[in-house]
Amino acid sequence: MSRPVPNSSSDRVEAMSKPSLWSEIWKHRILYLFISPFFLLFLIFGLFPILFSLYLSFHSWSGLGDMTFVGFSQFNYLLTEPVFWQSVGNTFAIWFLSSVPMLFFALVIAFLLNLPRLRMRGAYRTMFFITNVTSIVAVAIIFETIFSNQYGLLNYVLSLIGIGSLEWMNSSFLIKVVIASMVVWRFVGYNAIIYLAGLQSIPKSLYEAAVIDGANKIQIFFRITIPLLRPIILFTVIMTTIGSMQIFTEPEVLLGLSGGVGGAGMTMTLYMYNEGFINSNYGYASAVSWMMFIIIGAFSFINWKLVQRA
Amino acid sequence: MTNDRWYMKLIVHLLLLIGVFISIFPFYWLIVMATNTTSEILQFPPRLTFGGELWNNINDVFDNINFFQALFNTVFVSTVTSIGVLFFCSLAGFAFAKFNFPGKNMLFVALLLTMMIPAQMSFVPSFLLIAQFGWVDSYKALIIPSLASAFGIFWIRQFCQESVPNDLLDAGRLDGCGMFRLYWNVALPTLRPALTFLGIFTFINVWNDYLWPLVTINDPQKYTLQVMLSQLNGVYDTDYAMIMAGTLMATLPLIILFIIFSRQFMAGVAEGAVKE
Repeated sequence: MSRPVPNSSSDRVEAMSKPSLWSEIWKHRILYLFISPFFLLFLIFGLFPILFSLYLSFHSWSGLGDMTFVGFSQFNYLLTEPVFWQSVGNTFAIWFLSSVPMLFFALVIAFLLNLPRLRMRGAYRTMFFITNVTSIVAVAIIFETIFSNQYGLLNYVLSLIGIGSLEWMNSSFLIKVVIASMVVWRFVGYNAIIYLAGLQSIPKSLYEAAVIDGANKIQIFFRITIPLLRPIILFTVIMTTIGSMQIFTEPEVLLGLSGGVGGAGMTMTLYMYNEGFINSNYGYASAVSWMMFIIIGAFSFINWKLVQRA
Repeated sequence: MTNDRWYMKLIVHLLLLIGVFISIFPFYWLIVMATNTTSEILQFPPRLTFGGELWNNINDVFDNINFFQALFNTVFVSTVTSIGVLFFCSLAGFAFAKFNFPGKNMLFVALLLTMMIPAQMSFVPSFLLIAQFGWVDSYKALIIPSLASAFGIFWIRQFCQESVPNDLLDAGRLDGCGMFRLYWNVALPTLRPALTFLGIFTFINVWNDYLWPLVTINDPQKYTLQVMLSQLNGVYDTDYAMIMAGTLMATLPLIILFIIFSRQFMAGVAEGAVKE
């Protein structure tokens, strides 16, 4: 028996291309092996959990026994739950109190570090960055003693200059200031290093050309430096937004699971953690995480658009 | 720009030193508290200078918790995870940077998209999965899920494209290198700077991770330093001197590591952000 010979051209293309794709894949099998660990881990610990959490969010489940399908009722409950909305408000307040000063100071530090003929640039960089290497748990423990109501170092300094002590941990607003100050302290240096790299990537010839054209320093700053730095600023704003929306360790270590006086430090992730891992409401906690995802996504998008236009 | 005038220079350094002071002071304060007794810490005005109680405080830490066990756990988990990340990410980064294969672009875009998914989305079910596997209270829970990262692959690929010449790979092929030999003997040595950054970056992140070990580890014998610290802080909240000694001991190794590698590390941080 002889093999059938393809007679029309389309048959021939099919006969040639189909095995060739598979043989191509087979030929490169070792490359697929090279990239497979990431994709395998992502399927198991990334994609599957996300899909499962969507499934869970429509079920009531305590981890034991059967899951009960409850439709949208957990989302409905969530939308009317004051503690959740308080946690949303707290998270946004902490985001605002931290990101605005943080990015401003980072820009100032980067600008100073970028001045020509600055001595000890490398040492400054290291010392500004070192805060970012410290664990949040350690930072929270140290800041606890600095901002403590009774024996706090800051209250001592404030009383020295005649302001008198403040009840940091008893005020809904000041609790957020303390949490925000930890974020600012930890991330100013990090953002400054990123801005510095952006500043250094602006070609010197642009500045020289502007000087020849008679631009003054303020014009150069607002017409050249800031516009060319915009992609980097955009990057830091988005990263900061996503990071602050997920803030957890600072309030948890500083204030405990309750989020402090009146829940003033209860953040969205702390709320989710309480519901999921303390109360074992796995289904409800999953609904919270999806709600958080929607809020973070929408807010990052708005941020992106605003910063891009500014 | 004219910062040549001496008073301009002075102002610039003054501003920077104020910033450095704010950066460094909490570390100084930590050491002050770790070297004093709790009653000295809690007096008003507080003591601002080093005391002689460091050794006593450290002994208190050893009496109350198994510090060396937690240190070992943290070093072990951070080291193994970092080695795994370096190996798997460099393999994948090398494959993506230097070869063509069907579906490559699609797979790479998929990889980049995974970086956009916020961590808390998969938190609850990831824990349930770990529980199903019977990995609660084991190193596996801490190590295996983070053995390869999209960021790491992206990072190595960028570097590999620029620094591993195709001629070198061709020469290696002529010498009869298989794919793995090309990776191990040709690509890996030239990737060293990128690997150094990725290794330190991963090590620091795993060392400092808190939420995931808090959820997956209940057995005090398996606590990482961060979980141990928070337990110390919660349970013994009267003995500040001991808590501070523990915090100092858990923080210091990483600070020393960072100072040793700070040059390579910060070059990496800056480069990553500017490229993205």
